[in-house]
Amino acid sequence: MVAGGRSPVAGRPPMNRAVFPHRWLPWLLVAPQLAISLVFFYWPAVQALHQSVLREDAFGLRSEFVGLANFARVLGDPAYLNSIRVTVVFSLLTAFGSMAIALFLAVQAEKVVRGRGFYRTLMIWPYAVAPAIAGMLWLFMFNPSFGTLAWPLKQMGITWDPLLRGNQAMALVVAAASWKQISYNFLFFVAGLQAIPRTLIEAAAIDGAGPVKRFWTIVFPLLAPTTFFLLVVNSVYALFDTFGIIHAVTGGGPGKSTETLVYKVYNDGFVNLILGESAAQSVILMVIVITLTAFQFRYVERRVHYG
Amino acid sequence: MAEGEIIGVKRRARAVAHLALVIGIIVVAFPIYYVFVASTHPLQVILRPPLPLVPGAEGPANYTEALTGGVGRIGGVGVGRLLWNTTVVALGIAIGKIIISMASAYAIVFFRFPLRMACFWLIFITLMLPVEVRILPTYKVMVDLRLIDTYGGLILPLIASATATLLFRQFFMTIPNELVEAARVDGAGPWRFFRDILLPLSLTNIAALFVILFIYGWTQYLWPLLMTNSNSMNTIVIALRKMISFADADTPWHLVMVTAMLAIAPPILVVVLMQRWFVKGLVETEK
Repeated sequence: MVAGGRSPVAGRPPMNRAVFPHRWLPWLLVAPQLAISLVFFYWPAVQALHQSVLREDAFGLRSEFVGLANFARVLGDPAYLNSIRVTVVFSLLTAFGSMAIALFLAVQAEKVVRGRGFYRTLMIWPYAVAPAIAGMLWLFMFNPSFGTLAWPLKQMGITWDPLLRGNQAMALVVAAASWKQISYNFLFFVAGLQAIPRTLIEAAAIDGAGPVKRFWTIVFPLLAPTTFFLLVVNSVYALFDTFGIIHAVTGGGPGKSTETLVYKVYNDGFVNLILGESAAQSVILMVIVITLTAFQFRYVERRVHYG
Repeated sequence: MAEGEIIGVKRRARAVAHLALVIGIIVVAFPIYYVFVASTHPLQVILRPPLPLVPGAEGPANYTEALTGGVGRIGGVGVGRLLWNTTVVALGIAIGKIIISMASAYAIVFFRFPLRMACFWLIFITLMLPVEVRILPTYKVMVDLRLIDTYGGLILPLIASATATLLFRQFFMTIPNELVEAARVDGAGPWRFFRDILLPLSLTNIAALFVILFIYGWTQYLWPLLMTNSNSMNTIVIALRKMISFADADTPWHLVMVTAMLAIAPPILVVVLMQRWFVKGLVETEK
């Protein structure tokens, strides 16, 4: 979970916080987490930075300093630019699709009186399904040779083969990724809707605004903080947590049409063993995460709490 | 309902809303229901679309076959072992993360020591270093520490993350000073205070976090994929991927579907049975 937590600065403890005087105990308490962070987070991250300015020969025996050459090669590589385009399309479609469906369902859930708990219980199931399994389920349903949902497509005369056609492969991974994220977005939209003062909506109703107009002029604008927050979280989800879907369903194919940035880092590093360029890609990803996280804490946090 | 009438949610509008929700739920729940249906049909029926929408009669036979060595014949590892691995990993991550993040949050909130804020920021910044951005070097560390194909390797790197620490820190800061002072006046040291006061107060937060982290651990993919060479250390999600070949007609789909059911049922049960804490944990850790 990349995106999470409140602003670290908000809610600083009072200056006169009552504390326990102890010299070494606090160090002992932070030691496990610090040790794990240093060994498994900071040290590798520094290594990635270091690796990104080196080039190794094919046997990994010698490496030389090449400055920013790896970055230049990565950013000039059509395959990498393709991967950026794939990632943007994939993330936008996933975030938009999943949020639109979840918002629609959350608005419906607000209207009903009975059965809310029942609907919610059934709506949260996909959250518990691993992304890779979600991908496999969708491919199973839409498998060109025996998928039950591919069957009607074929009956309609559509040439359906997501394993051979790039756009169809993209549609399939987007469907699986959005499906999995509906639960999450639904819960947040429900919480956001409940925070909107009833009096505002009632006042608009008395003024004669119909349900559709009320939604677009009052509910949707007041929901903006939640929507904005979810947009960041869904982007991070689509960028990072969907590796399993891509790996399990398409393997980046057909013809690199679903090769996202994270999949490419993995593929170049572990399968093709291009270490320097894979490290440069890692560093580029690091910059993206830092930007998104900073963006979230800087702008999203404050706007979420509108009272 | 009077309020309902004012804002115009009439009976018909409510009926439409129910209808929309039922359709929504069918879409959301269908893939899971469909796995269950597929797991109760023989292979020949699965390969001849369309698959019936109701469960077949082969359920007991399929499950018995899968559990008594059917899965083992495909991947070399029995499904019991896979479930055990996944449970160990998910529980290890959830419990480990809760313990180390509670400890560090406790130190940061209830003690004053040199470099306290530096420690906090060191923990906080790990938010920005997900495994995907340091994937090769982390792998190399694991190789050097001989952690490949061990539970330690699957668990340890995933138990340090800032989210849980931030959550506990935030909760601890709401504990009134008076409570701490009263405990000190009564002669309670840091350990007594933690055990007798802080821990009981934190139980809801712990339960909420546990659900989220259990799901997080159970559904891991990239890390177990890298960390395990030997099939006997696979988690069930990875093993499932290895069982499937979409191009190859030899995949025993009926057993694959049983395995998929076994892989998704435990986390779904946890989410549904602990729903109250799950929703609280989700909305509070992320917001």
